[in-house]
Amino acid sequence: MPPRVVLQQADIARALTRISHEILESNRGPDDLVILGIPTRGVILAERIARLISDISGRPVASGSLDVTMYRDDLSRNPTRAPSPTRVPAAGIDGSVVVLVDDVLYSGRTIRSALDALGAIGRPRIVRLATLIDRGHRELPIRPDFVGKNLPSAQGERIYVRLHESDGDEFVSIDSGENGAPK
Amino acid sequence: MKHLLSTRDLTRHEAIGILDVAEDMADVQSREVRKLPTLRGRTVVNLFFEDSTRTRISFEAAAKRLSADVINFSAKGSSVSKGESLKDTAQTLAAIGADVVVIRHPASGAPQVLAQSNWIEAGIINAGDGTHEHPTQGLLDAFTIRKRLHGTASRGRSLDGVRVTIVGDILHSRVARSNVWLLTSLGAQVHLVAPATLLPVGVANWPVTVGYDLDEAIDAGTDVVMMLRIQAERMMSGGFFPNAREYSRRWGLDDARVDRLPAATMVMHPGPMNRGLEISSRAADSPRSTVLEQVSNGVSVRMAVLYLVLSGERGELS
Repeated sequence: MPPRVVLQQADIARALTRISHEILESNRGPDDLVILGIPTRGVILAERIARLISDISGRPVASGSLDVTMYRDDLSRNPTRAPSPTRVPAAGIDGSVVVLVDDVLYSGRTIRSALDALGAIGRPRIVRLATLIDRGHRELPIRPDFVGKNLPSAQGERIYVRLHESDGDEFVSIDSGENGAPK
Repeated sequence: MKHLLSTRDLTRHEAIGILDVAEDMADVQSREVRKLPTLRGRTVVNLFFEDSTRTRISFEAAAKRLSADVINFSAKGSSVSKGESLKDTAQTLAAIGADVVVIRHPASGAPQVLAQSNWIEAGIINAGDGTHEHPTQGLLDAFTIRKRLHGTASRGRSLDGVRVTIVGDILHSRVARSNVWLLTSLGAQVHLVAPATLLPVGVANWPVTVGYDLDEAIDAGTDVVMMLRIQAERMMSGGFFPNAREYSRRWGLDDARVDRLPAATMVMHPGPMNRGLEISSRAADSPRSTVLEQVSNGVSVRMAVLYLVLSGERGELS
């Protein structure tokens, strides 16, 4: 079966706008918000969400990136991963409301690593989780607060998120996992 | 990366990859919690057949910051002084369950022997073997140069066009060898300055230029002056230079010479320093001296090497 596009560029934009509104609503404004993305594409999404929230609220919102490589529990099972830099606002994250952003939520293990990584750089007041795609198959008791799209999938299927900043084009697709990466 | 035996084995791409991982490790050093859980449950053995303070402590700090368990072994006061062979020592360590062995040995090639043997499965990191190599020292020197030149924008950069002058006992120096291979593959131009008696046979085949006069090298211009320690313990036979005072006058970085260096020129020394012999106190303590940065960067670089050797299915850096 050829890869099937499930979100076009405009769908992604609408999902991120809705997530931004939902974050503002649940936080009752932009106070103390820090939007942290998980590399690579989570960082891009976090920057977009922070920009959207500051456009909507008229106040600047901090964003950054949180590398979880060194906190993973599968380092000896997979090929060596090169870590990425962690960037947090200079003021730190103590007492802030951190929204973690990732592109696809799957087993929940990346988020578990992210919570450990977060604990090493400070103590936020609240941590929330936003994801563009929730594909199910959780292996840990982790649940997203803000979801772009729920995409029920079989475990063998593969989901590709492509964004302008990292890939040059923009869509989300799903395929049976037999065809390799989309052209 | 399964082992780290020599900087000669590293491609330019791999070397930049290790330095970039070390940048991430350096960021951790400035955080509130300076510890990562990455190597929890792994055992690192520091197997030191030669005296060392900074290298052993640096590896120990690096392993502990990655949450590995560390066992220190020094030949003095161990069964080695009762005549135990390297093979038996290695098999003992394998039986204890070492995941990585950091080895320093007076014989050139001892780490290679361990890596190629079937005595032990663990990853082997060379922490200095005879007069052969000291790869983590080379990496931390390259890291220090890159950090001084590019600051926070260091990631992904090479050392293209950087002029490095290495001065002193090239003949006995594994630090010099590791630096020559690594710095040249990173694109730096390396110039060696030494008394003719302290240059190895075959230096003409190295990818470097060679001179005998430190003042000439300073006048020609250089971005980095790396002073090597005069290794009295390897010069028992004597006869390499008439006496310490003459060496110091001709090849030492004294006050007059350090004052002639441009302000941006770095002065490096791998330590331990013989103050007043190869380097004057003013040179060692001046703002251009990177001696202490080298020590703290050493921990970050060794964390990166331990991470790369111990993570993955022993695969390549993706």
